[in-house]
Amino acid sequence: MLFIDGPVAAGQSEVHRLLSGVMNHTDATIAQATIAPFLSLEGVRKTYPGVVALDGFSMEVRPGEVVGLVGENGAGKSTLMKILGGVTRPDTGTITVDGVALQGLTVEQSIGSGIAFVHQELNLFDNLDVAANVFFGREPLRAGPLRLVDRARLRAMVAPLLKRVGANFSADAPVASLSLAQQQMVEIAKALSIKARLVILDEPTSSLPIAETEKLLDVIAGLKADGISVIFISHRLHEIERVADRVVVLRDGMLAGTLPRQAITHDQMVKLMIGRMLKERERVSDSAHAPGGVAVSVKAVQTTAYPGRPVDLDIRHGEILGLAGLVGSGRTELARVLFGIDRALGGSVQLDGREVPLASAADAVASGIFLAPEDRKLTGILLDLSIAENITLPNLPAHARRSLVSASAEAATAEKQKRKLAIKAPSVATRTGTLSGGNQQKVVLAKWLAMNPKVMILDEPTRGIDIGAKAEIYGLMRGLADAGVAVLMISSDMEEVIGVSDRIAVMHEGQVSGILGKDDFSQENVLLLAVGKRPRPALGGSQ
Amino acid sequence: MSKKDLGLLVLILVVGAIVTVINPRFLSAINLANTSNLVALFGILSIGQAFVIITGGIELSVGSLVALLGTLFIDFIAVRELDWPLAFVVIIALGAVIGLAHGWLITRLKMQPFVVTLCGLLIYRGVARFYTADGTAGFAFGQNFPTLEFLTAGRSWGVPNSFIALIVIAAVMWVVLHRSVFGRYLYAIGKNEEAAKYSGIRTGRVVMAAYVICGVLTALSAIYFAMYTRSISPASHGQFYELYAIAAAVLGGFSLRGGEGSLVGVILGTVLLQELQNLVNLLGIPSSLNFAVMGGVILIGVLVDQQWGVFRARRLMVEASRKSMAGAAAE
Repeated sequence: MLFIDGPVAAGQSEVHRLLSGVMNHTDATIAQATIAPFLSLEGVRKTYPGVVALDGFSMEVRPGEVVGLVGENGAGKSTLMKILGGVTRPDTGTITVDGVALQGLTVEQSIGSGIAFVHQELNLFDNLDVAANVFFGREPLRAGPLRLVDRARLRAMVAPLLKRVGANFSADAPVASLSLAQQQMVEIAKALSIKARLVILDEPTSSLPIAETEKLLDVIAGLKADGISVIFISHRLHEIERVADRVVVLRDGMLAGTLPRQAITHDQMVKLMIGRMLKERERVSDSAHAPGGVAVSVKAVQTTAYPGRPVDLDIRHGEILGLAGLVGSGRTELARVLFGIDRALGGSVQLDGREVPLASAADAVASGIFLAPEDRKLTGILLDLSIAENITLPNLPAHARRSLVSASAEAATAEKQKRKLAIKAPSVATRTGTLSGGNQQKVVLAKWLAMNPKVMILDEPTRGIDIGAKAEIYGLMRGLADAGVAVLMISSDMEEVIGVSDRIAVMHEGQVSGILGKDDFSQENVLLLAVGKRPRPALGGSQ
Repeated sequence: MSKKDLGLLVLILVVGAIVTVINPRFLSAINLANTSNLVALFGILSIGQAFVIITGGIELSVGSLVALLGTLFIDFIAVRELDWPLAFVVIIALGAVIGLAHGWLITRLKMQPFVVTLCGLLIYRGVARFYTADGTAGFAFGQNFPTLEFLTAGRSWGVPNSFIALIVIAAVMWVVLHRSVFGRYLYAIGKNEEAAKYSGIRTGRVVMAAYVICGVLTALSAIYFAMYTRSISPASHGQFYELYAIAAAVLGGFSLRGGEGSLVGVILGTVLLQELQNLVNLLGIPSSLNFAVMGGVILIGVLVDQQWGVFRARRLMVEASRKSMAGAAAE
């Protein structure tokens, strides 16, 4: 990775190159329009109990074409992926792969025809090395009855694949030691190893920081140059803008529209996705009043990830402080210390001038410091519990009489929060696991909102959430800030950081490398600080 | 009562009916009293185990504890001539301390429950045998503890007092598990300990408390078992009891992954296990086949339960998709 490993060597010119985009779309793209498509779907319909997931959907992918696939959560993207992967069969419709028309694919047909997936959640064995992962189950064997793996041949087979994806790590690096983007490269190398002709990338960048995203976009360009087709699914529309030759928009299981290269704009895609215009690029929310005094004062706190690199940071009452930085820059670790999950190696945290004990999350909760964690499904909520049970869990004694839970008190709190946050569910007794990502995140927020937070920390609050729910979550954050709560928002989404924050603190290798006031907000400044450079002074609205 | 529990109850009644037809002595007062006494002793033990299993843990040392604490109890009152209420309190406290120690090792020192309690199984058995020099602990001829004997092995209106104790304990623990804040925490931790921690629950303390509850109930059942057998050879007393307790919980619908199961379930699981034991005796099946019958029934029971769940889920899906297909056709 350009920036993630070791000391940063990228000069400003390199940053500029990253910012300005490197894709070259030549006339070759247009010429390809006449070539027979590698894959085409015709009138595909798929229903699940009570839901029509796909309704007469058609699309095609030509060889060497990068197709951006966008749509809100629930638009039918996952069903489409399952059909292409052969996991489920469409009810009706035709799938033509390489000229062969089929009623539906089996997993074997999907793999056999060269369709490869790189999922949001990576399917790697992180206890094995890169080479073992790329050729897992297909290892070259030495002669003899023992079926021993031929390590030398395996390495020789993996090396060219890694070169093709531009990997800067070796074939025997343990996967656990790689960054997320590097792990994605391993997945892509795996796809190349089965001679994939269509690589489907499902939200590959949703957890990547900017610099790593650039690298991945370069890899996509490389695939395209090799004549491999790509379906690129992303919620980050500016990335689609950058790499896609054509954009297919899904809405409610139907084809909402197709945009040719020259018509791909952020606004057009959003319009098709939600059927109306949404000004997402501009400031999403602004504070009604000036921020109050300092709420949280982080003094020389050292996290276990970066011992010897103390962090100092103030969060004020009534502000949303955006915390930007590359993945691995120590943001999540800082949040874990503030919430008492990890012990700090040194330093102290003060809340309203008084030092708070942070030996456990229970301590943080008792002080009014709450966290909506990065990993919603594993740590944010209990998927098997109901909405009501999740909402009251941190404050259960307040919903009990003589240590016995009062069902009515519990339901009352949950109903109130469900209404306030507009959680879409049949009832508060609904299992949280059945809700959409946006509604699950609302349940996470609801449990803390019900307890009057003093400090609300949100780690990647809108990851994997569709645009409509995003706006609601921004609104809730602003509402908290306006009520005097100190809000700390960790985010890798540049538009979000710039659009929502009142101030932006940027972290670099475990420390705060700079704090930007509203006048200095720009993607460039955030990126410069994130790689440890100095920001540019404001020149009457840069960018 | 959940559907799962109801199914188990039906199974118990059906097996009971079949046994009665073959051997009517099954329903005789004396057989019912004996069986319910055994249900009580194993039930108290199994409830303790259930509290640990609900957190996703396991307690393998309870069989050895029944031997160690039983030996100590008899030694205290018969040899050292302590007042039995004092001995009772000391034994219960010992159970609590041992449970606390297990919980501490598991939550604070992050050891795996299986490892900690497996070591406990070996250690307590060894200590019990050493304490009595591998002899048998028992009462001298003519030694009597009328009140204690009445409370543990006596009967009221034909019902064993131990069974009444089980009913009381089960009722209290039902409230604790299914209605209290602590019970909710137990389920939450069993489902997802990390998320429970992120909700501000002091998970370590809750898990430790579960092991303490298990230790206390194990100590109590150890006293009951001691007073039931009246003489204890520490090399074999209580052997495999941890497995009876775990089996009762599993039969009762508990998941060893934690977060699932009900108090009624574990009691019914205990009842079914004892009914099977009784069946082996009454139907003249060679008692050497005892374990084989039990193992077979548990295997089939859990399998049927699981397959039934899969079948139901599939039927629901088919039905719903048929409905939506019909709807689509009507359009």
